[in-house]
Amino acid sequence: MLSEVNYLLFNAVLLVSFVACAVYLVFFFSQREHLRKVARIIFLSSGILQTLYILSRYLIAGYTPITSQHEAVTFFAWSVTWAYLSFHWRYSVKNFGTFVSILTLIMLVIAAFASRAFEPLTPALQSLWLPVHAGVSVMAYGFLALAFCGGLMYLLQERELKSKRFGFFYSRLPSLESLDQLNSHCVTTGFVFLTLGIISGSAWARQAWGTYWHWDPKETWSLITWFLYAAQIHQRLTYGWRGKRAAVMAVIGFCAVLFTLWGVTFLLGGVHSYAK
Amino acid sequence: MPSEMILLLGVNHKKTPLAVREKLALSSGYDEPLELLGKIEGIKEYYLLSTCNRVEVLVSVEEGADVQLALSRFLFGDALSPEEFQQYLYCYRDSEAVHHLFMVAASLDSMIVGESQILGQLKEAYRHSADKKCTGPILNRLLHKSFSVAKRVRSETEIGSSAVSISYAAIELAKKIFGTIENKRVLLIGAGEMAELAAEHLVGNGATDVVVCNRTLENALDLAKRFNGSAVGLDELFDQLGRVDIIVSSTGAPGVILHKKDVKPIMRDRRNKPLFFIDIAVPRDLDPALNDLDNVYLYDIDDLNNVVELNKAERDKEAIKASRIVDEESLKFKEWLAGLGITPTIADLRKKGNQVVQLELERTLPRLNNLTDKERKSIEKMAHSIASRLLHDPMIYLKGESCKDQSAMKVDIFRSVFDLDKKP
Repeated sequence: MLSEVNYLLFNAVLLVSFVACAVYLVFFFSQREHLRKVARIIFLSSGILQTLYILSRYLIAGYTPITSQHEAVTFFAWSVTWAYLSFHWRYSVKNFGTFVSILTLIMLVIAAFASRAFEPLTPALQSLWLPVHAGVSVMAYGFLALAFCGGLMYLLQERELKSKRFGFFYSRLPSLESLDQLNSHCVTTGFVFLTLGIISGSAWARQAWGTYWHWDPKETWSLITWFLYAAQIHQRLTYGWRGKRAAVMAVIGFCAVLFTLWGVTFLLGGVHSYAK
Repeated sequence: MPSEMILLLGVNHKKTPLAVREKLALSSGYDEPLELLGKIEGIKEYYLLSTCNRVEVLVSVEEGADVQLALSRFLFGDALSPEEFQQYLYCYRDSEAVHHLFMVAASLDSMIVGESQILGQLKEAYRHSADKKCTGPILNRLLHKSFSVAKRVRSETEIGSSAVSISYAAIELAKKIFGTIENKRVLLIGAGEMAELAAEHLVGNGATDVVVCNRTLENALDLAKRFNGSAVGLDELFDQLGRVDIIVSSTGAPGVILHKKDVKPIMRDRRNKPLFFIDIAVPRDLDPALNDLDNVYLYDIDDLNNVVELNKAERDKEAIKASRIVDEESLKFKEWLAGLGITPTIADLRKKGNQVVQLELERTLPRLNNLTDKERKSIEKMAHSIASRLLHDPMIYLKGESCKDQSAMKVDIFRSVFDLDKKP
């Protein structure tokens, strides 16, 4: 019974996210103000459904559902959605939702193609550290994904302004300053979570394997990602790196995040690979 | 048609390069040129307007008087030969002249369509002419009308407020870069009118600090005072670049005054805080390569025009609305002008007399009983005679030769004494 609900819930998530994305796109093209409110409500519903789906999976499996490919990507989409919604309380960035909803939808579609089977946990993963470490890491990815969206928007808008063509994106995208602030805010928040994720992971590794760090590919790549963002934040604080460079760094950083998430799993293997 | 003709001659920014306009602009105020203008044979009423973007004379002359050449001589002085000035000059007559004046007043003919300064300039020019009694009934009426047309256009269309101006475009761009203009600092290089206008818009949108940087410090001080800002000389330009956010450059310098290599080190000092350059000078003041620097945004006058083009549909709609108002008012004025002729006035007067007689007869006759047809006809005849007798002398006066050169004024007074322009 619960597993059927679970199955239907995911399809509902997919459908609602698709509708949210479609309405956001229509809004993006037409710029009708009432559509934006509609889209935001649908996107919020999608966020709530995602939460319910993850909860239902937790109830069925009895552990935090973040170990398989499907679960991890769904969790990623959830964190992006909620990072956006929480961000939205504080700042309003014009048409940001459109980009975020597309990214979320892409992730959910990827999740939909992965196996949704429940796999028993390996003994190493049966720990209270699992939700802490994985949860914090994925929250970091959520904020870094937002920075990536903001970075893309910045680069698009900057190109319009520099080339002086003032085309389609010029009127629809927000100001460079607000995108740069978004970048700074999301990168900083994401970086804090990322740091916590790495620290918690290393503490867990000490408990499970006896060493804080043993150069597992995922660990290495997390460290590379961490350094990329650390460098960016450092440069911003000391030399005033902002604008285009910060946007490019946010995009590069996110590529590293994606590689850490998928590239490592499929190409390099290691203890972090999802249960097969 | 009346015996007067309205003539408007002038040059403006559309056909005449700045270099020529500069030579024509009246630097010594209005008094002297107006005196000169009054000496031209055949002119009855005259008025003169001089701004950075246009110099125009508006006169009413005797029908048939040929003053065009004399007027253009007056405009161009010794600056240009007749062959040269022919290509710049425009000349409108009667209803065309009226239409053009209304277009100018409504700011539809301005370089920055919809800007409001022109109306003030028009009023000031009129005050000078009126003080010297250069204007008479026709021009008084015409100019007052042009003010009310301008007000009508302003209140009935969005031409003044919507995306019509280059200044507006600059604001739009600034908002796309900075998000908000609140508390941004503005540097004006050069103290021209365009820079002033742009600064006005920027301050109106929340920019706080205005620094004016000019070769002659005196002019800089004058302009800075308007915005409660400060003034510096050109040698302090680089220091200022570290502190401001928006730079409007409009000097008359022949070449580039700010190069890429000058600005690059400044960006490091600013910790890459964005700089927004607006170059409204022709020829350009700022090195186009500035735009290649990160976080530096440079727009010249053509670029700003492109932004304005974005809102072209909206603007065209408003401009069409505005020119419809101008057309309508021009037509009304034409009717009034036509009424100034003696013949229609006499006809109007007769008609009015008949109307009064008819009205009174209709009131009185029913109250008189036992009248024979003959008696009734006598009474009617008497009423008409009284009216004709009363109107006879005024009509003789109107037709009289006594003060012919003032016939327009006479007709105007006449029409208001008898209230002939009242709409039924």
